[in-house]
Amino acid sequence: MIRIIILSLLLGLAAPAVAQDAVPADAYTRLASDSYGDIEAGIAALAASGDPRAGAVLSALGEGRLLYRPADKALFIKQGDALADARTGAPAQAEGLKPVRANNKIRRALDAAQGQLNLASPDAARRREAADAVFKARDPVALPALDAALARESDAGVKRALAAARAAVLLAKPGTPDAERLAALPSIQARGDGDAIAILRTVAASDPNETVKAAAGRGIQQVETRLAIAAAAQNVWYGVSLGSVLLLAAIGLAITFGVMGIINMAHGEMVMLGAYTTYLVQDAIRAHAPGLFDWSLAISIPCAFLVAGAVGVAIERGIIRFLYGRPLETLLATFGVSLILQQAVRSIFGPTNREVGSPGFMSGAFDLFGLSITWGRLWIVLFSLAVFLGLLFVLRKTAFGLKTRAVTQNRRMAAAMGIRTPWVDAMTFGLGSGIAGIAGVALSQIDNVSPNLGQGYIIDSFLVVVFGGVGNLWGTLVAALTLGVANKLFEPYFGAVLAKIALLVFIILFIQKRPRGLFALKGRAVES
Amino acid sequence: MTRTRLIDPKGWIFLAALAAFCLVVPLLNLGVAEGSGLHLPTYLVSLFGKYLAFALLALSLDLVWGYCGILSLGHGAFFGLGGYAMGMYLMRQIGPRGVYGNPVLPDFMVFLNYKELPWYWLGFDHFAFAALMVLAVPGLLAFVFGWLAFRSRVTGVYLSIITQAMTFALMLAFFRNDMGLGGNNGLTDFKDILGFPVQAQGTRVALFVATGIALALGYLVARFMTVSAYGKILIAVRDAEPRTRFLGYRPEHYKTLAFTVSAMMAGVAGALYVPQVGIINPGEFAPTNSIEAVIWVAVGGRGTLVGAALGAVIVNYAKTVLTGAMPDAWLFALGALFVVVTLFMPKGIVGSLIERFGSPRAKAKLPPEPEIAPKLAEEGQG
Repeated sequence: MIRIIILSLLLGLAAPAVAQDAVPADAYTRLASDSYGDIEAGIAALAASGDPRAGAVLSALGEGRLLYRPADKALFIKQGDALADARTGAPAQAEGLKPVRANNKIRRALDAAQGQLNLASPDAARRREAADAVFKARDPVALPALDAALARESDAGVKRALAAARAAVLLAKPGTPDAERLAALPSIQARGDGDAIAILRTVAASDPNETVKAAAGRGIQQVETRLAIAAAAQNVWYGVSLGSVLLLAAIGLAITFGVMGIINMAHGEMVMLGAYTTYLVQDAIRAHAPGLFDWSLAISIPCAFLVAGAVGVAIERGIIRFLYGRPLETLLATFGVSLILQQAVRSIFGPTNREVGSPGFMSGAFDLFGLSITWGRLWIVLFSLAVFLGLLFVLRKTAFGLKTRAVTQNRRMAAAMGIRTPWVDAMTFGLGSGIAGIAGVALSQIDNVSPNLGQGYIIDSFLVVVFGGVGNLWGTLVAALTLGVANKLFEPYFGAVLAKIALLVFIILFIQKRPRGLFALKGRAVES
Repeated sequence: MTRTRLIDPKGWIFLAALAAFCLVVPLLNLGVAEGSGLHLPTYLVSLFGKYLAFALLALSLDLVWGYCGILSLGHGAFFGLGGYAMGMYLMRQIGPRGVYGNPVLPDFMVFLNYKELPWYWLGFDHFAFAALMVLAVPGLLAFVFGWLAFRSRVTGVYLSIITQAMTFALMLAFFRNDMGLGGNNGLTDFKDILGFPVQAQGTRVALFVATGIALALGYLVARFMTVSAYGKILIAVRDAEPRTRFLGYRPEHYKTLAFTVSAMMAGVAGALYVPQVGIINPGEFAPTNSIEAVIWVAVGGRGTLVGAALGAVIVNYAKTVLTGAMPDAWLFALGALFVVVTLFMPKGIVGSLIERFGSPRAKAKLPPEPEIAPKLAEEGQG
């Protein structure tokens, strides 16, 4: 930074000297030179001139396409094989041309000049970028251009950025009056980011005036408070995002474990199957209908539900139905199933990660009150909530949900009322597994699709369900979000691993206190 | 009511077989010349020693699962802690022979820029202290964990899940370099144990025999606990905890004691395992390992002690053979084993034998066949 400032100071001093000895001193003639000093001065003059051709000339110089004739100092731009006059843009013919050379100093001057030119661009985003570039470079040469831009600017955001840039330049320029420096501070503060703090620190440390120093000190505090709040908000968002992943992974388990009381250790493998289904669907789309790629996730969701759900029904009919009421035995049997599924996928698809692509709408990020939010994460949060609400609807409002709850509460009575309990068992287990498969579609976007995918989620999922209270979907929601947010809020203080350990210990202790979780169901039915 | 004998016929068979094994293996290794067809290579001696260490782990798990109904999915944690205690002793015996030649700090500490030995490493240069820690660390953890969990009546599945969370948390902790226990790589490159070189043939045979003796002692301790009056209450807690409580017993005391003793046995198993395989790393804490130990017990027959030890040896032998011959098939076989045993052999090998040939009293001691709808049954009880 300081080097650039010094450089621009030297430049400011050198420019008048050059101007004196070049008699017909217009910007174009100065550029037509083999002296770097002249070229640099020419760039600055051209940028300040407001010439409509300036942009084209400067970018030609940057790309090495600007040529000059030493005899009469005429400038030409090379476009492929043809030549054009630099001043007018008209086609031209010329002999004995030499390129205008550029070194690193010239390229820096070019960047600054192009920044100035962009200040006048009709596109607001580019004007804002240019203002930010000036803010970072703090080159006093840009001051007149900034003033001009400020005067005609109508967009409020760009205006703030311009004001901050102008303030930064004023603070960096020696000889700015105290009152102006003091007045410049609030605009810097308004930027409120790390760069602003850096500038305020310099002012607070080295400004000759005590009042300005003190004002800068107060400014630093304000900006730091704001940054701390923003960082906390960002962490909460990360936490919500992690919580939604936990929710997705755990919500199927909330059915199989929470509602049916089955310890399904193969639950993670259902998630894995969902992720691999996504991979297969994308593979088929790439091969047969590349145009549909943006829809690949939407197509994968029902496929994953069906695949994982079918495997779930098969497991229930083949193994679990013989083990009802023996939860520890189901744990062992389903663990065996999980090993078999893992190894089967490893044998078919290989042990390495499979590439699952992201459709366009999942990529990119946007800015919300200083929070950086990626679209992918936002979609996953929304998706997990949608799955949650959908499941809640199925269990609360449909005939199937009614039967499930009846069987859960009193199997014999439900059977006596004519409910086919084995069918309900199989379908409920299939539903829980299918939802795990849907979770796999979402998780394929943020995790490695490998045979071990499910292993990473199984312990967390059980803890979420147990923490939230078995048999209570709302408890699962609250538990997932609580654990996600708590994890991310601890992370800056303890580091990722210790935060995770702390949460595990917390849950172990919490279960001692409330063995039935946050929202325990009441009544005798749950006592067994 | 007559007292049950400490060693029943099944126990005599077990101890005799174990003694024979511990005599024959060293004889074939040390007594038979290397070229002879009867010679047993030293690596096999260590492999058998590893099986016996696993058998002791299975035995400790059977004590809590078979006799007190606690399905611990975290016994690998106690095993690992015992192993780390032994590993720390072995690390301190390396002395200046490490790669960096530091007389005090183990290699990984020099590598991580430790200036001095962390406080919890103090004392581990003495074997007696390390041996005490092998028992004390897992025992203390189990006591605190069990005391908290059993006092608040965390049972069944919930208990299994939090034991799993415990070993998972320990695994994450031991993976950290800041833990001062070797991080990801764990502790390895051992040289001496009690002054004898770890790699030497004689030491390996001695370690094998020591593991056999530890297994026999472990069996006797577990047997002593389960046939005593204490053991009868323990079985009562397993079969009907609320009823036992209403009779005036404190189930949490009985469970905590069994859990603690079991953890200490697992710690000893880990301590004997480490010098024979030459490494201990955080992978031992992986939840999968603990679940695998459960299947050893299930295969052999829970609630039989002998069966647990037998199951560990059988399953691990199968693992050695299968991973060597068809690496891909091992997980299929292990997975199928879990399913088949729970579905078709809920009593395991020894349990099925007892049911077929045993006396009515021996049958009565087996864990009850769970009812298909215990919810209703328990509602009736409680």
